[in-house]
Amino acid sequence: MAMKDKGAATKAASARDDEKLGRELLAQMLLIRRFEEKAAEMYALGKIGGFLHLYIGQEAVAVGAISTLRADDYVIAGYREHGHALAKGADPGRLMAELFGRRDGLSKGKGGSMHLFDRSVNFLGGHAIVGGYLPIAAGVAFGIKYEERDRVILCFFGDGSVPQGEFHESLNLAALWKLPVVYICENNRYAMGTAIQRALAQTEIYKFAESYKIPGEACNGMDVLAVRDSVSRAVARARESRTPSLIEARTYRFRGHSMRDPSAAVYRTKEEVEQEKLRDPISGFRDQLVREGHLDEAGWKALTEEVEARVAQAVAFAEASPEPPAEWLYENVYADEPGGR
Amino acid sequence: MAVITYREALNQAHREEMERDERVFLIGEEVGVYGGAYKVSQGLLEKFGERRVIDTPICESGFTGVGIGAAMIGLRPIIEMMTFNFALVALDQIVNHAAKLHYMSGGQFTCPIVVRGPGGPAHQLAAQHSQSMETYFYHVPGLKVVRPTTPRDAKGLLKSAIRDENPVIFIESETLYGVKGEVPEDADFLIPLGVAEVKREGRDVTAVAYSGMYYRVLEAAEEVARTDGISVEIVDPRTLRPMDTETILASVRKTHRVLVAESGAGFAGMGSEIAAFITENAFDELDAPVARVTGANAPMPYARNLERLKTPSKEKIVEALRRVCAVG
Repeated sequence: MAMKDKGAATKAASARDDEKLGRELLAQMLLIRRFEEKAAEMYALGKIGGFLHLYIGQEAVAVGAISTLRADDYVIAGYREHGHALAKGADPGRLMAELFGRRDGLSKGKGGSMHLFDRSVNFLGGHAIVGGYLPIAAGVAFGIKYEERDRVILCFFGDGSVPQGEFHESLNLAALWKLPVVYICENNRYAMGTAIQRALAQTEIYKFAESYKIPGEACNGMDVLAVRDSVSRAVARARESRTPSLIEARTYRFRGHSMRDPSAAVYRTKEEVEQEKLRDPISGFRDQLVREGHLDEAGWKALTEEVEARVAQAVAFAEASPEPPAEWLYENVYADEPGGR
Repeated sequence: MAVITYREALNQAHREEMERDERVFLIGEEVGVYGGAYKVSQGLLEKFGERRVIDTPICESGFTGVGIGAAMIGLRPIIEMMTFNFALVALDQIVNHAAKLHYMSGGQFTCPIVVRGPGGPAHQLAAQHSQSMETYFYHVPGLKVVRPTTPRDAKGLLKSAIRDENPVIFIESETLYGVKGEVPEDADFLIPLGVAEVKREGRDVTAVAYSGMYYRVLEAAEEVARTDGISVEIVDPRTLRPMDTETILASVRKTHRVLVAESGAGFAGMGSEIAAFITENAFDELDAPVARVTGANAPMPYARNLERLKTPSKEKIVEALRRVCAVG
């Protein structure tokens, strides 16, 4: 593992730490992968409706980035956010129940796949207007600064948000007011079906940071440690000197834009997808851990079984949860009405 | 009770609420150093400092989103729109985010923001600065919409809006900032949202009007009292969403005739909604169809004569009052 060597005395301890961290990151990525594969099955069975946007292929970004946070830090994301919610600590059962539209879902079944919220772990959504929540992330950072706390917020979005005005407004305000926010662009090269070179005059997204005089950095979004490395520097800057950053994590989505775009064949070639799958962030990291002696076959098997059991439990929990009662239709429209707070 | 202007009443509401609650802050274009484009926030920067009175660049979507994010983690922002026409730039923030956060998070998050500023026609400000913007917001479940008429309303309603847990759209008026009236000085003086006021008692016809239209209806009411002996009751809803339908219906049951006056274009306007709920709830009480006087269905022209034609005048209201009372 690419951890910095801090001297012989701490080497043994740090190797143990590396091993623990490595397994944890791998387990989280695998949980997201298996959770979403199961969600796709459930969608095919009609248990999940609406839009379902899978994160498969991009797991290293959420897991690597969120692994740098404290529990009291915040995360906000778009509509492809199952992975971010899980990495922030949301319960897989309640998440699956939300996808099923059930009363024990994270958002009581009123949000669905695109609107996951979990206040208990400071996961702030789940937003389905591309670019629309980027100013909200700046606002959370504004609130952190207003109250003189040392928390930070990570804001995840895709390359499709970059042409939106709100991206630029947010970076300008964050830079102007020195807000503790890290903007993480998950560049998977396609905004739905529009390739990045058809959408952006400047395709090196991290370079937009320069326009706003903040640190910008590109990293390999298929490598969980590379993401962790870049984001941990950005988080430290945000926490210690309230300097916002723009991180561009270069990644790839293996599946279509949503379940309604299963083949994704209109705008990219099969060869390209197959080529990208060779960079699979999970098998790549597993092989690395094995190579470095942190994981063996038995360890991998145990980890896989544990993750699959958690996913099975999540599905069972969702299946068992009833539909929301009819009277919930009018609850939570306003905060001062029944069930409002 | 002191006699102060509508502008001063709003300023007082800011001061009192910012003093009462450290979490309240004001954010918007020119609210600080400049003292507010319409001077509503005059002196607030000097009193509360840059931490709580925040000048923004011109980016309505950006700074409205900042307010929403801050509200999500417990602060209580007042977001000033220099004019409400500019709020269209932030419509995504207000409609897609602020209005729905509480609902789509299953009640986990609230969004206690006030978005305030002047709206409606003023004096020759033309098409992009004269719209009655309440129409765009009162359709949206999750938003509350307020249009204060008097200095007293302005202060009492703004203080309630700031204390409310929901996103509140609070639309003032350029033409009313200088209007004077009696305003209580008590720091706990509040007017609850969603409560209408019968501003003038009458027997023959109920006129529903708010903000600037109230004053025009009042002039018309005084005229028809003199010339035709018609006694007009004026109900000011004050809050358009949630609307106090009961107070309006109670007045209808008393007078059996209704006129709604609004400055915006009439198509699918406030008058349509009021006519609909009166028809649904008090059809048998009506002695005449609900009359509407609205702005013309055209953008606001600049030329003074055309502007006058676009806007509901006292004369048009007088004529409608006579018509609905079957006089003349």
